[in-house]
Amino acid sequence: MSSVFLGLPGVPGPGADTGVGHLTGDRPFPAAARDALGNSRLRRNLAHATSTIRGKRARVVGEVPDWEALRDAGSAIKTATMARLPELLEQLEANVTARGGVVHWARDAAEANRIVTALVQAKGVDEVVKVKSMATQEIGLNEALEAAGIAALETDLAELIVQLAHDKPSHILVPAIHRGRAEIREIGTLTVVESEGNGRMCLTLPETLITVMGIEKVVPTWRDLEVFLQLLPRSSTGERMNPYTSTWAGVTPGDGPQEFHLVLLDNGRTRALADEVGRAALHCIRCSACLNVCPVYERTGGHAYGSVYPGPIGAVLTPQLTGLTGGSDPNDSLPYASSLCGACYDVCPVKINIPDLLVQLRAEHTEAHAGAHRVPTPEAAAMAAAAWVMAEPSRFATAGRAASAGRHGIRKGRPMLPLPPPLSGWTASRDLPSPPRETFRDWWARTRGEQP
Amino acid sequence: MRIALFVTCLGDVLFPEVGKATVTVLERLGHEVVFPAAQTCCGQMHTNTGYQGDAVGLVHHHVDVFGAALADGCEAIVAPSGSCAGSVRHQHAEVARRAGDEVLAVRAEAVAARTYELSELLVDVLGVTDVGASYPHRVTYHPTCHSLRLLRVGDRPLQLLRAVRGIDLVELPAADTCCGFGGTFSIKNADTSTAMLADKMSSVLATSAEVVTAGDSSCLMHIGGGLSRLKTGVKPVHLAQILAGES
Repeated sequence: MSSVFLGLPGVPGPGADTGVGHLTGDRPFPAAARDALGNSRLRRNLAHATSTIRGKRARVVGEVPDWEALRDAGSAIKTATMARLPELLEQLEANVTARGGVVHWARDAAEANRIVTALVQAKGVDEVVKVKSMATQEIGLNEALEAAGIAALETDLAELIVQLAHDKPSHILVPAIHRGRAEIREIGTLTVVESEGNGRMCLTLPETLITVMGIEKVVPTWRDLEVFLQLLPRSSTGERMNPYTSTWAGVTPGDGPQEFHLVLLDNGRTRALADEVGRAALHCIRCSACLNVCPVYERTGGHAYGSVYPGPIGAVLTPQLTGLTGGSDPNDSLPYASSLCGACYDVCPVKINIPDLLVQLRAEHTEAHAGAHRVPTPEAAAMAAAAWVMAEPSRFATAGRAASAGRHGIRKGRPMLPLPPPLSGWTASRDLPSPPRETFRDWWARTRGEQP
Repeated sequence: MRIALFVTCLGDVLFPEVGKATVTVLERLGHEVVFPAAQTCCGQMHTNTGYQGDAVGLVHHHVDVFGAALADGCEAIVAPSGSCAGSVRHQHAEVARRAGDEVLAVRAEAVAARTYELSELLVDVLGVTDVGASYPHRVTYHPTCHSLRLLRVGDRPLQLLRAVRGIDLVELPAADTCCGFGGTFSIKNADTSTAMLADKMSSVLATSAEVVTAGDSSCLMHIGGGLSRLKTGVKPVHLAQILAGES
């Protein structure tokens, strides 16, 4: 918990700078989770898949004596990169251009899709081959191409299954519950990390190569890349090393693609970068280790999160990309979709303190609500009342005695009068404890006399 | 050693036996326990639910009360709760800084530096694992998330339990998985919380233990609430109560 607040971060709701695309579901998390929880086959499959990959990850991470130092290095590189992102991106553009590539800047998903569609149409073709990437799923590129009469063929086997079924992926890595991809450069070199080799095929065979990359994915040097190439495979698939790592820079006459376009995607990232605490979510290298250890994800699956980014990282990344409204936008429910157990932080290869970010985003949510509404929510009123009682020992002591007196209102763990929502959420599956006859402080005062 | 007891709001109002047991254990070991009567709550529920503005006043109050206890000769502050000790150690200064109160943040850090969860105090500060307890029951131990991953208490509670006479300590399968409590998570996401609880209860029942123990009354209230609803007969008992030899 080393994050230092240099002032209140701005908490604007959705605006011109917010992300769009496949980032928001149609219902808040608790409602979407309820359906998933009722699907016992899904829960069995998820429990099996996540426990298998957790075991694999734990074994291969345990083999690396300097794993914690690697995590520290990964975290430090990411922090330093975010601090000079504008400068690094301008260098990237200059160097890609110098090597024969064309750089496009996309403000959001719609603009990125327009750029890619126009590039494909300019070639006069109606088919493209694709490598799985989170960025293209985020912007809904396949659907945008399909709408323009262009068939996008996924080359990743699991993605192909999902595409043929007209389904949505529910995991960052393994969509048919998905292999990972990182976009990296040393002053203009791009890198794809993958398992199957389909990526290398897509990078080398076509005449034209188009890469969509989130602006936060820049890695400054080859030495920095070395750190991530150690962290990523062990964290994601539990492999010591991924089978295929392809790097390319610009265009080489007579060899490989003769036209190369790089689309740099913002889609809410600049907005997230402005949040001094929340920006750490942009450090994510899309390994999905946090999904695999998350007790919430394990039980609800990915679709409940509504976004292409599910699980703990999705719960902190998605609402920052789209903006917390303080209202009933489904993404406002995401920071609460966690018991704050901390398992995600323990496995994150770049040490993103996800529990801390969740707590921070909860505060931003309630503050956005207070900023937009004159009447507090019942919850806010209850919290303020509780804080008022607890701010003064005599009021708190009185409240404790009231609880003792109220113990007759509980019979065999159940309240005599049914509790209203949301408190009924507790009593639906759990008995209430019976308040004691005497609070601790009254026992102390009675048996030990007054303390100063 | 003169030790200030931070009994926690939940411990004060709902689980006084846990506070009493903490006093019993520490006094049996020859220490002086002080209860600063002005204490209320660490504010974790407010902080974790998004009400940091409300939490600042509670942090301020907590720091005043326990800062005074330290000034009054107490060398340590003990809480029979990994979660509340975790909030004091990992959230208080941050909540103060977010409110722009650097003075409070520094004072909070001083209180945090002397605040221990019970098993940390016993094993690290007081240097004991055998507290002279007897507890002839079959017991399984659930390591709560904040004691495990925020405070890193590791196996300290198990070291203490292994030294208890007559105890039949059985390992809990998938012990380090969250029970699904998570404060207001348990009501805001009641269905998911209940699904997590169901798996935790299955693990507890698989041990055939009579008693499930932990270092946090809140998690035990959750696990115990589920076990009671299912009429399993398995009792939730706080670590302090076992160490006090109460059965």
